[in-house]
Amino acid sequence: MRPIPEARVLTNKPRFSDRIFRGIVTLGGFTSLVILGLISLFLLYRGFSVLRSEGFSFITDYEWVSSINSDGTEGEVASTYGVGAMLAGTIVTAIIALLIGGPVAVLAALYLAFYAPIRTRKFLVSVVDLMAAFPSILFGLWGLNVLMDQGIYVAELLNRYLGWIPIFQVPVPVFLRSPFIAGLVLAIMIIPIVTSVAREIFAQTPLDRIQAAYALGATRWAMIKAVAIPYGYSGVVGGAMLGLGRAMGETVAVFTVLNIVYRANFDILLGAGGNLASHIILKFGEASSEEIKALMAAGFVLFLLTLAVNLLADFIVARTGKRGK
Amino acid sequence: MTPQLQEIEVKPKQPWKPTQKEINTSIGIFVLNVLLTLAVIQFTGFSGKLAFVVLFILFSLSTNFLFSLSKGGSVVAKNSLATGFAFTGIALLIMPVISILGTVFAKGTEAMYIGFFTSDMSQDSFASDLDVGGIKHAVLGSLIMVTIALLLSVPIGILTALYLTELKGRGSTLIRFLVQAMSGIPSIVAGLFIYSALITGSGRGFSAFMGALALTILMIPTVARTSEEVLKLIPSDLREAGLALGATQWRTVAMVVIPAAKSGLITAAILGVARIAGETAPLLFTTGGADALNINPVDGNIGSVPFYVWKALIDGSPNAIARAWAGIFLLMIIVLSLFIAARKIGSPKKVRS
Repeated sequence: MRPIPEARVLTNKPRFSDRIFRGIVTLGGFTSLVILGLISLFLLYRGFSVLRSEGFSFITDYEWVSSINSDGTEGEVASTYGVGAMLAGTIVTAIIALLIGGPVAVLAALYLAFYAPIRTRKFLVSVVDLMAAFPSILFGLWGLNVLMDQGIYVAELLNRYLGWIPIFQVPVPVFLRSPFIAGLVLAIMIIPIVTSVAREIFAQTPLDRIQAAYALGATRWAMIKAVAIPYGYSGVVGGAMLGLGRAMGETVAVFTVLNIVYRANFDILLGAGGNLASHIILKFGEASSEEIKALMAAGFVLFLLTLAVNLLADFIVARTGKRGK
Repeated sequence: MTPQLQEIEVKPKQPWKPTQKEINTSIGIFVLNVLLTLAVIQFTGFSGKLAFVVLFILFSLSTNFLFSLSKGGSVVAKNSLATGFAFTGIALLIMPVISILGTVFAKGTEAMYIGFFTSDMSQDSFASDLDVGGIKHAVLGSLIMVTIALLLSVPIGILTALYLTELKGRGSTLIRFLVQAMSGIPSIVAGLFIYSALITGSGRGFSAFMGALALTILMIPTVARTSEEVLKLIPSDLREAGLALGATQWRTVAMVVIPAAKSGLITAAILGVARIAGETAPLLFTTGGADALNINPVDGNIGSVPFYVWKALIDGSPNAIARAWAGIFLLMIIVLSLFIAARKIGSPKKVRS
């Protein structure tokens, strides 16, 4: 008579190898959290002394004076660091980019989602992906050498015929390398990301609603107006905000195209201005150790700004994606 | 008398296809618009490519609007206007791409000569004649940095994707958000971070490794998101089959899921490289940008192709700008071939199941 085997122990406790596996994967999964945490920690740590001495005026002040003598002693004028002007420039150029690039991107997304034949769509979607991978220095070089002339022409037209609007006035007729042209380049840079987010949202429009609209005799535009836009509206807004975040953080292209002058320039056609990132690049080369700290603080402000815009945008996009399924 | 059965040929109708008449009309309208635009450019002050494009778009929109208004009333007219706008949008998206690629390919070869890829800039300035100096140091430097970044970011990116798709841990939603947010970090911040954390105050100088770390930060989100998309497409039947055979989760992932997703994961790595190959801003803070060859990845300033373009751009003389275009040309060739390779190896949708 065979002995009765012992009862198998049923357990849902993972094996040892699985526990190691899960540990490693979890560790890897949380790297992004760690990196984001470290970025804010270190930039804050290096810039803390400047942030503390300047206080809130660091982001509202329009003065950036670094007076350190070559031997490292404090200069005669007191140093003061305020990124207000560059913060204003960041927002101005990003908004110009969004106002020009946003509509184009949304229209292109509508075309890709509802008008393009399948093969054309596949091809154009890869073109959009490719455009998103163009290096930003390429946009800078192209903007400086090719787009500049067209941009100046448009700027002159705007100034001549819409000059009565305050933002289109210029004290001196210098249209070269203006925030407007920088915004134009940024617009072209953000078009691919806004287009691909908007297209993905539009592509998720429930098919039954589209067909219902057609069955009721709607034209394509009536369908888009009644079904696609209400469905995708907030997702497209989120996509546009993602574009805004990109435009705010853009460095090399703005530095190349824009004539970097430390002042808040709201006459967008005048060739002077800057944004936070380009300011950091400009000052970094010959900065004293004290000014480096101020630049780190500026980087921290830029990081927080873009992170906030991005998180909000992702939140809006994710919420839209879940709806209506 | 039985009626004879007759063979009747019925041609299938395709009511959605435009009839010959409609095609003729739209060709007619197109030609009319081209002529109108040319006429306006001929007889008024407008000129140039930009004016042609703008006028042509305006004429097309208005003539199509008027034509459909006369034919089908306001509903059809609005529809045709919307169609026109959608076409305008995609045209405005395509035009810069064509212009950029055209300029790069037209100007990119000007500074290239036999020795362009075999010499460096240590003896020559960017403004000197175009038959001396080269880009060897920059190409090798870029290669070193991209390789290190690849080795660091691919494991981390894939682990992140595995966490999101295989473990589906409690932090999944948070991590997904953070990875998204990380992909929006300005590249300059990545450079500043490496500078502030590892270079300043530490006695260490610029090096390829520092540059690669900054690039890794930018590459992780791309790899993680693309890998996640790929892993999501692996049917859960496969995972369940693995588990049902008695494999542990670790064996299932390593022996079943990853091999099934292999081509997609390679695509993810390629797209990540395409994302960072042209990054300039982080390298300005971390690599120093040497003009001479340096193949030591952990010590000393090192050049890279984007930095080469940057230096040429800052120099600003005509010869330097020609060199900048040559560097960009090289970068674009790399990015384009990476993209084509990614398509060939397999888009995420074609993963075998």
